[in-house]
Amino acid sequence: MDGFAATSLSPGVLPDDEAGEPRSFLDRLFDGGLLIRTGVDGLYGRSGAFESVVEAVDRLATGLGAEDGAEALRFPPAMARTAFERSGYLKGFPNLAGTVHCFCGNEADHANLLACLEAGDDWTGKQAASEVVLTPAACYPLYPVAAARGRLPADGLLFDLQSYCFRHEPSLEPTRMQLFRMREYVRMGSPEQVLAFREMWLERGTAMMAGLGLPLAVDPANDPFFGRAGRMLANNQRNQGLKFELNVPVNSVEKPTACLSFNYHQDHFGLTWGLEQADGSVAHTACVGFGLERITLALLRHHGLDLAKWPAAVREKLWG
Amino acid sequence: MVFVNDIRELLKGIGSLADCADRVSEEDDLFEKGLDSFGSVQLMLALEEKYNIEFPDHLLNRRSFSTIRIIRETVSALTVSAAA
Repeated sequence: MDGFAATSLSPGVLPDDEAGEPRSFLDRLFDGGLLIRTGVDGLYGRSGAFESVVEAVDRLATGLGAEDGAEALRFPPAMARTAFERSGYLKGFPNLAGTVHCFCGNEADHANLLACLEAGDDWTGKQAASEVVLTPAACYPLYPVAAARGRLPADGLLFDLQSYCFRHEPSLEPTRMQLFRMREYVRMGSPEQVLAFREMWLERGTAMMAGLGLPLAVDPANDPFFGRAGRMLANNQRNQGLKFELNVPVNSVEKPTACLSFNYHQDHFGLTWGLEQADGSVAHTACVGFGLERITLALLRHHGLDLAKWPAAVREKLWG
Repeated sequence: MVFVNDIRELLKGIGSLADCADRVSEEDDLFEKGLDSFGSVQLMLALEEKYNIEFPDHLLNRRSFSTIRIIRETVSALTVSAAA
């Protein structure tokens, strides 16, 4: 670990549900019109009020990083399948990946598709993987783009990203959406440069969330790697102090929700993409990720579903 | 019995160690020789298949795969307990 001790700034507490309130947090978000059902768990519409919080949190993240000179890039929520395959995502998370399949048949196949649809049979036989895959994390489209520019300058590079991301994990927890937005800053450079970046954002992110009146704890964490082999990757990640999450109780105190994550990738993406430092050695990378919907949900859970009744200090921070 | 040479043969199947598997000593740190996280997973799966064992959760970490000696000792213990 790079000198950062996991902290627990305040005990995880949740406001009591209304007396006799039988409905879940998700149901109450639907009832209040903040989220809109689509028929798929984890795939929701958002109201204007919900979006106003998302945008305010996004602005806060912009403000916190404003002096750093990050290069802002925005990618659509999909990336080239070739880049996705090379990224190594399928080694760790085959179960979460979302590939885009499209109809690749002829006219007879089309007729067959419609007949299957009419009969309620499987109509997907002529669907084939396209050249497009849904973005699993905002920084995934960035690495090949940065590598194509050649060696990093001596002081490395810093990027500002935001994207909808997809992970196939249907859930009734509103904090576990299948399509959600992730704001990221990504640092590329020497190990010292990227670790200093992560340290700085651990402090900034913690101050930002505490300033929004949220109970939080920063804890060592691991990515949800797939299967038994994944357990080893997860153990290694934890033991090496590569990932920290800023957790806020949203669904429960026992299983708080990771609202921000602070990740040191070591040379993983550098080796994968041929990213080189100015001296030709392999670049290291780190990122800080803000779960924009998760932070919004944490605010709604702790300050209530009526934004107008949020504490004045919180409203001031979000909307000035 | 778990032989060092059998472990070396498995190491040759791990891309990043293929070239040096014959030269690493029993005490050399395999991660310093180029073994990465995914390589250690490949190694774990290869050992499990060859010796018909299953690494328990508490051994699923870097240390268990860090040197040939530790691998030999760990796998030997697991094969004994599997046979018991």
